[in-house]
Amino acid sequence: MSTSANLLLTLPEVVLALGALALMLVSAWGGQASTKAVSWTAVAVLAGAGIALVGPSSHGGLAFDGLYHADAFGAFAKVLIYIAAAVAIIMAPRFFERTAGDDLRPEYPVLILLSAAGMGMMVSAGDLLTLYVGLELQSLAAYVLASFMRRDTRSAEAGLKYFVLGALASGILLYGISLIYGFSGSTTFDQISAAYAGSKSLGLTFGLVFVFAGLAFKISAVPFHMWTPDVYEGAPTPVTAFFASAPKVAAMAMAVRVAIEAMGPATDAWRQIVIFAALASIILGAVAAIGQSNIKRLLAYSSINNVGFMLVGLAAGTQAGVASVLFYLTVYVVMTLGSFLVVLQMRDASGQPVETIASLSGLSQTRPGLAAALAIFMFSLAGIPPLLGFNAKLAVFKAAVDAGLYPLAVAGFVASVIGAYYYLRVVKVMYFDDPAPEFKRGGSVVEGGLIAAAAVFVSPIGWVLLAPLGVLTLSAAQSLF
Amino acid sequence: MSGGIVSGFPILSVMLAIPAVAAVACLFVSANTARWLALAATLVDFILGIGLWTQFDIGGPQWQFVEHAGSLGVFEWKLGIDGFALLLIMLSVFLMPICIGASWVAITKRVPEYMAAFLLTEVLMIGTFAAQDLFLFYIFFEAGLIPMYLIIGIWGGANRIYASYKFFLYTLLGSVLMLVAMLWMVNAAGTSDIPTLMNTDFPAHAQTWLWLAFFASFAVKMPMWPVHTWLPDAHVQAPTAGSVILAGVLLKLGGYGFLRFSLPMFPEASAQLTWLVLTLSAVAVIYTSLVALVQSDMKKLIAYSSVAHMAIVTIGLFAFNQQGIEGAMMVMLSHGLASGALFLCVGVIYDRLHTREIDRYGGLAINMPRYALFFLLFTMASIGLPGTSGFVGEFLSLMGTYKVSTWAALLCTTGIILGAAYMLYLYRRVVFGDLVKDDVKAMPDLSLREIALLAPIAAVILWMGVYPESFMAPMRGDVSALVARVARAAPAGDSKPTIGKAPAVLPAHAGAHAGDHK
Repeated sequence: MSTSANLLLTLPEVVLALGALALMLVSAWGGQASTKAVSWTAVAVLAGAGIALVGPSSHGGLAFDGLYHADAFGAFAKVLIYIAAAVAIIMAPRFFERTAGDDLRPEYPVLILLSAAGMGMMVSAGDLLTLYVGLELQSLAAYVLASFMRRDTRSAEAGLKYFVLGALASGILLYGISLIYGFSGSTTFDQISAAYAGSKSLGLTFGLVFVFAGLAFKISAVPFHMWTPDVYEGAPTPVTAFFASAPKVAAMAMAVRVAIEAMGPATDAWRQIVIFAALASIILGAVAAIGQSNIKRLLAYSSINNVGFMLVGLAAGTQAGVASVLFYLTVYVVMTLGSFLVVLQMRDASGQPVETIASLSGLSQTRPGLAAALAIFMFSLAGIPPLLGFNAKLAVFKAAVDAGLYPLAVAGFVASVIGAYYYLRVVKVMYFDDPAPEFKRGGSVVEGGLIAAAAVFVSPIGWVLLAPLGVLTLSAAQSLF
Repeated sequence: MSGGIVSGFPILSVMLAIPAVAAVACLFVSANTARWLALAATLVDFILGIGLWTQFDIGGPQWQFVEHAGSLGVFEWKLGIDGFALLLIMLSVFLMPICIGASWVAITKRVPEYMAAFLLTEVLMIGTFAAQDLFLFYIFFEAGLIPMYLIIGIWGGANRIYASYKFFLYTLLGSVLMLVAMLWMVNAAGTSDIPTLMNTDFPAHAQTWLWLAFFASFAVKMPMWPVHTWLPDAHVQAPTAGSVILAGVLLKLGGYGFLRFSLPMFPEASAQLTWLVLTLSAVAVIYTSLVALVQSDMKKLIAYSSVAHMAIVTIGLFAFNQQGIEGAMMVMLSHGLASGALFLCVGVIYDRLHTREIDRYGGLAINMPRYALFFLLFTMASIGLPGTSGFVGEFLSLMGTYKVSTWAALLCTTGIILGAAYMLYLYRRVVFGDLVKDDVKAMPDLSLREIALLAPIAAVILWMGVYPESFMAPMRGDVSALVARVARAAPAGDSKPTIGKAPAVLPAHAGAHAGDHK
């Protein structure tokens, strides 16, 4: 295959990388004044990358001798990643308006673009090395983003924590990769898969465990979740929204691809790990969130909880299971971005951001629309019908039950009731308690529109999307098998 | 399909759409407009409900007004009703305008949201009864938690937060186990279509587990002893109309679930576990009646009496014969009306004196004679006096039970006596006696609005008591089908005539044959 044909298959990443480099130069020469232009151009670049997915990069097959998979699975995940990245860019300016001394700089959208390029590589990797390079590109950009408010100690702390623990996880992952390479003789997924199908080797099993430990860190599954609440709380809110959505999609899609494509024959081996991580995440995410008073920390535990449910779908290890993970990710991204957009509206009379759950008190009387939207997201995250969060949970558990994992389904569902408690608490504060001082008004139309769109998506009106999404996720899942 | 007013007119979807649209519209209008809008929407639904009843072809196909709009991912939008669903939908749409009317002046804060929550509840109740897809049923069944949570939590009494949490989490926990069972069934049967599943024979060992999972959900909703503790809290804290809807319709979801799922889908497991249901029911009848006897809060008393009445429903359902099941349905309808009306009666005096303490009242017969009359009628209906709706259901239900278990029937019949005791005791303390308290003396009699709310319920209670055939005809075919379906597993009765007669040849089928009294 010629180089140009290979590049054509990786077109979305090419678009993102070139766009990021060009915008980097613009921001270097243009300085602070170019922020707005760079931001909107970055959104346009993301849209361009999305359009590039229409071409052969969504179904072209292997590129660069198997280093890169251009298939429907990767394309589906990339669409989610690009949407989440674009929203993270759009919601940033208003947050930074009010942060003392830390303005939004044009590097912010550039870093997000670079991170998105890395995530594209992660979800399309056909080789452990491509995977690692993509992961590091994504992570390095993310470490900088976490500490974007240089003068804010919490933000700096978040960046440092993320970096140190991320480096540790990368080390674990690399150790697993080296073990697998040593015992299988290759780093490409299909040859690793052949090695797992062959003789049982203790080294390969060890490699599998280490790789999954590294992946668990990236998706913040228990017991590798410790960084999540601190980083989510410390990072600027738009960055937190980004962390909770796009990298989560990328890491989860990557984990699914590694599990199915590279380690498919060892399903029985990794299923135990995934089941443990799933249940531990669901239960810890639910129990630990109960005592939280900061809405961003609460959402951090909520994301841990949700990752557990996604892993339930992965544990099934079937096509339906993979499709249910993709569907869950779609709904999860919308709910999460919507929730963080609401958090962004939380600012006191002087315009300073507030993050305590208590400040939401009586929101239904001061800002009924905002309260209704957040209530919809909370009920949806809790998995209460008729909201789409329920359909997502139904899909993953259906896959698990169809695969015969009954104890997992029962335990997972029962644990979801614990989770419902703290989601209900947010609704209770907003609807049952007496009004607290009203938040400062004057949200932008774009943000309001995005919140409304997200709320409508997860409401029963979103049911019309269930059938098409079902077809799309299933065809995406089929491309892995 | 057959039975439509105009062939192909999606009347069930329209009945769901009208309150749904009105609920959204309520959020954008003023308090008074919201009241009228809610009343109009519920009345239109009631009129459509009458259309449904008149067009329902008795003796026709089991499923009528069937609509199938297409697939929604793993589940389908498929609606349709049989006789059971028809009657319960009628109960819902009948009580709804009354609930709106009962909240007309009692609710003053956040009226648009209140009306929206009630209209949503109506959508979800009708949807639950009309759903023909397993997951669609679950969605409607479970979604009802959201508006009820808000109704109790926002407009409830002093301890409303605790009650709303308890209500929500209790019922959610019960239901998730049912969902796992549903997933298993859909996987095993390859369809989520309820009519198909009702005729699917699941393996006997699996049935037990499935039955228990469904039981976890329905027993909580019903509620059965010992998982009834959420009900008194929820009732006491909820606003009047919330209690009416809770007692009137939401408690029927459990019974409907047994009728629609547990019995026809798992007949063998139902037969095996009948002892469990009968034991819990017998305990419930006696225990909760005794608890009701010592309550000092009127709403709590009626709430405990609801648990006792629901136990009569469960024993009737698990009698496996025509009388038992018909009786259970009649008790459900009658209890929906009578306890709903009793909660309204409590609401009437609560609006005047703002207390539910029984001791704060007394002698109301003197200054509120009309009120005393209505209250008496509903009290009698609750006790099960012949001529009121309560008698028909309880008599049939207990008679059906007697054929299966003499002991259960004996123990549950004491509930009638105890019921008479606590209801008459309540009535004596509130309505009779001397009119001594000054603030009670100042209470005016029923207003025209309140009479308009209570009179229709009173009329239907008498109608049901005097001519129950109107209500039994639509469901008779369905009861026969259900009895035929479970006949193969029906337990043998323990009351065998031994003197002067030979033992029955086929005891296992005796109940089913004896039940055919068409």
